[in-house]
Amino acid sequence: MSTRPSYHQATVRLNERRWMGIKDRLGRGWYKFRRNPISLAGGVMVLLFVLLAILAPYVTPYPKHAGAFTDFQNAFQAPSKSHWFGTDALGCDVFTRIIFGSRISFMLAAVVLGISVPVGVFLGLISGYMGGKTETVIMRVTDVFLSLPALVMALAICAAFTPSIDKAMLAVASIWWTWHCRLVNGITRSIKTEEFVQASKVLGASPLRIIFKDILPNCASPLIVKITLDAGFVILVGAGLSFLGLGAQPPAEDLGTMISFGAKYLPERWWMTVFPSLAIFFIILGFNLLGDGLRDVLAVEEGV
Amino acid sequence: MRFSHFVLRRWLYSVLVLFGLSILIFIIARMLPGNPARLALGPFALQEQVEHLQHLMGMDKPLPLQYWTYITGIFRGDFGLSFQTRRNVALDIAHYLPATVELVLIAIVWVLVLGVPLGVLAARYKDSWPDNLVRVMAFIGVAVPPFVVGLVLQLIFSYLLGILPTTGRLSLTTPAPPLRTGLLLLDSLIEGDFSALGDALKHIILPSFAIAMTGIGQIARLTRASMSDVANQDYIEASRGFGIPNRVIAFKYMLKPASIPPLTILGLTFASELSNAFLVETVFAWPGIAKYGIRAILRKDFNAVMGVVLIIGLAFVIVNLIVDILAGYVDPRIRIKHEEGE
Amino acid sequence: MEGKVILDMRDLHVWFRVYEGVSRVLDGVSLYVRGGEHVGLVGETGCGKTVAMKTAMGILRSPPALFPQGQVLLAGRDVLKATPIELLRMKGKTISMIFQDPLSALNPVFTVGQQIFDVIRFGHRWIRDDDALTKTKVRRIAVEALTSVRLPDPERILSLYPLELSGGMRQRVLIAMALVNRPRLLIADEPGSALDVTIQAQILSLLKSLVKEAGIAVLLITHDLGVVRETVERVYIMYAGRVVEEGRTVEIFDDPKHPYTQGLLSSVPRLTGKVLAEGIPGTLSDYTEAPSGCRFHPRCPRAMEKCTQQKPPMVKVSTKQHVACYLYHGGGR
Repeated sequence: MSTRPSYHQATVRLNERRWMGIKDRLGRGWYKFRRNPISLAGGVMVLLFVLLAILAPYVTPYPKHAGAFTDFQNAFQAPSKSHWFGTDALGCDVFTRIIFGSRISFMLAAVVLGISVPVGVFLGLISGYMGGKTETVIMRVTDVFLSLPALVMALAICAAFTPSIDKAMLAVASIWWTWHCRLVNGITRSIKTEEFVQASKVLGASPLRIIFKDILPNCASPLIVKITLDAGFVILVGAGLSFLGLGAQPPAEDLGTMISFGAKYLPERWWMTVFPSLAIFFIILGFNLLGDGLRDVLAVEEGV
Repeated sequence: MRFSHFVLRRWLYSVLVLFGLSILIFIIARMLPGNPARLALGPFALQEQVEHLQHLMGMDKPLPLQYWTYITGIFRGDFGLSFQTRRNVALDIAHYLPATVELVLIAIVWVLVLGVPLGVLAARYKDSWPDNLVRVMAFIGVAVPPFVVGLVLQLIFSYLLGILPTTGRLSLTTPAPPLRTGLLLLDSLIEGDFSALGDALKHIILPSFAIAMTGIGQIARLTRASMSDVANQDYIEASRGFGIPNRVIAFKYMLKPASIPPLTILGLTFASELSNAFLVETVFAWPGIAKYGIRAILRKDFNAVMGVVLIIGLAFVIVNLIVDILAGYVDPRIRIKHEEGE
Repeated sequence: MEGKVILDMRDLHVWFRVYEGVSRVLDGVSLYVRGGEHVGLVGETGCGKTVAMKTAMGILRSPPALFPQGQVLLAGRDVLKATPIELLRMKGKTISMIFQDPLSALNPVFTVGQQIFDVIRFGHRWIRDDDALTKTKVRRIAVEALTSVRLPDPERILSLYPLELSGGMRQRVLIAMALVNRPRLLIADEPGSALDVTIQAQILSLLKSLVKEAGIAVLLITHDLGVVRETVERVYIMYAGRVVEEGRTVEIFDDPKHPYTQGLLSSVPRLTGKVLAEGIPGTLSDYTEAPSGCRFHPRCPRAMEKCTQQKPPMVKVSTKQHVACYLYHGGGR
């Protein structure tokens, strides 16, 4: 009989098996993802839009039209060969502005999630693991932030500032961490009592190690799904804020702002509203489909 | 503890959360860079006037005291003065709230009448075309921004087809029935004024549907998932084994357990409807509390903003309470778990 | 008390289409149960006995399941080819079933009363007796059924939810529901195995007395050999989707012929003699890539070349005993 394996050895073996498990799950997951038309469509959509947004200056016909540019002679032109989506009230090419506008949306999603996910996950891990008063305090705070629907809360916070895109981003980010915090807290709490965590404790692992090696990987799948779906939702809320005049201000090329601006000219000059609407719809739809597909693939339950 | 105790405790806790919310918004509002009194009076007002207004509004007192004054005022029914309307915010809210309530209620009707049957249909024909159609529709419903839905509906039904009005609750030419509940549909019904009723209905269809889109998608998907979940359960198999016909199984033994998850997200659906209201009321110029709130935010009318925030928070609490009670009624497991002291 | 054959499964094959391919779960199962008989179906978890049972009940869902070969005759009619209405008539009246886990087999959001009333109402058994099945009559039948399974205070139990009952009580309720329409054959899938051993013993003895009184045939499905020995006259031993041995309980226990049966019996720890039990090495193989020939050959201590090539047919080794093993081919040992 060999001597009791060290914690390191035991962890290596456990991790090996975990890795095999993950590889198998990934393989199976990729198979499902490929066969599932929904997730595939979503993935393609998102990829396409992101690529377009990144390459914006190179793929748009009138890159200078983004931002403050006026050409009143060409204003209000219907869709044509030279302007695929027509021109707006200032004479700018709608197609170009949409592509550049999607940049703002993606940036919003990236900034908001980039801030709220680490903060939320961190707080969630701590509150879930330590329990007791820490958990109570953190959870109560999330309760307050979640007592209103996201958009309403963001609106209320925006009330304190002059409307601008970065204030809007901050407002949304300051709410969003709560959902991730809640999610991670829930998972941590349920895993905390599982046997493999107890095993790690017995083998002498420090709390930090437990958190990162045992608990965090289990949060990975639900988090990935949630982040993907959140991207779509954040863009939705952001568009709503801009539409109401609280986000990007005209003449910025944000999609929500474009729609609100163009709505005044309905129904005759429909292209100023319809095309940005379609764009934002497909972006959000793409993220939703992708997120849903990932949920199937990574076998996460509904309700995330 | 007993279930009713559990519900009561939850409710008290929610009220506490509401207090927390009020503190949060209060702090944010009062921390604005710039001077709200000056904003209200405009750049041409004299300094003494600004200071006078500040004193009137109690803004020269320390923050906690301001908060205390405000909260005690709430319980007396005094929500502070609105900058725009120069009257008690409580009166403003009472004036504008019914319009939104009506809108949200009709939206809930849409959600139940469309969302649930679609979900059941999708579960029944799982993996064939009705299922895929419903799933696509649900996806679209959740992904489209509500203001886009509103604009599209206006485009189709008002501009293109011309059968439904664009904005407002009643046509200018239709006299409103006497004010009783503030709910136009109810008031005109009570009065027996059917032309007003018809007109009000025509006005409310589009905005309520725009609000309901997200909810319809959510409920349809959840109903489908939960129906197909239930269909795989052992007890359904057992019922088949005992000779119970499929029709009975579907409409009784599957529907009831399957309706529980959708019921529990009814609170969330209500939340999404409320937030959609903020967008849709703007598109349809609907004189509701959301539109009032937006105006207040744009004009930095803090008392109004606070009032709206608190009312919405309260509405949320009430709806969640109702949902909890309903869920406990339909699903005995919830009731019993609490009675055993879980 | 032997009567006509009620259940006659002939060379039943059941396949499932899955992610990895086709899972050939049942590969030619034949068994029968006569009126009033108590028959056992023994096999380890995963050997396909639940699938066989669900096929007999007609509750196996057909798109994932395929029936490429074989028949299942219930009172003469083939379940696999019957219309849904015919099937409906048979359930509860001709054949009925008790599930393993009483908690998951009862609908949690309805009271016991609501569920058992429906079973009575739709059971087709009682409608012929009267022109109208009134509420009071249904209630009376329900109370009688609950009394027969020795539940105290049956009136009160009717208004309770499954969660409010103990495990043993739930199992009794299930038995009452299964027997209230006087089926001719009862299939019991590991009854009581989800419960405490003492409760399980109570349930089994209750079952025994009930079926004796009413003359109901029983197909007892289990992996527990002790239960088999106490309760059934004839037994089928199943392994990996095939019947490998069958015969009278006494004979099988005294002189098991198939290596698997021998292994099973030696796996049971005894109080005297050799105390350490020997298991059977290896595990059940995957049904999508089942071993060729005899499915037991990878684990069989006496496997021969022949065993890997062709499926061994059932041969008679005594008046009532049959084995599917090449060891006995050619007249037995």
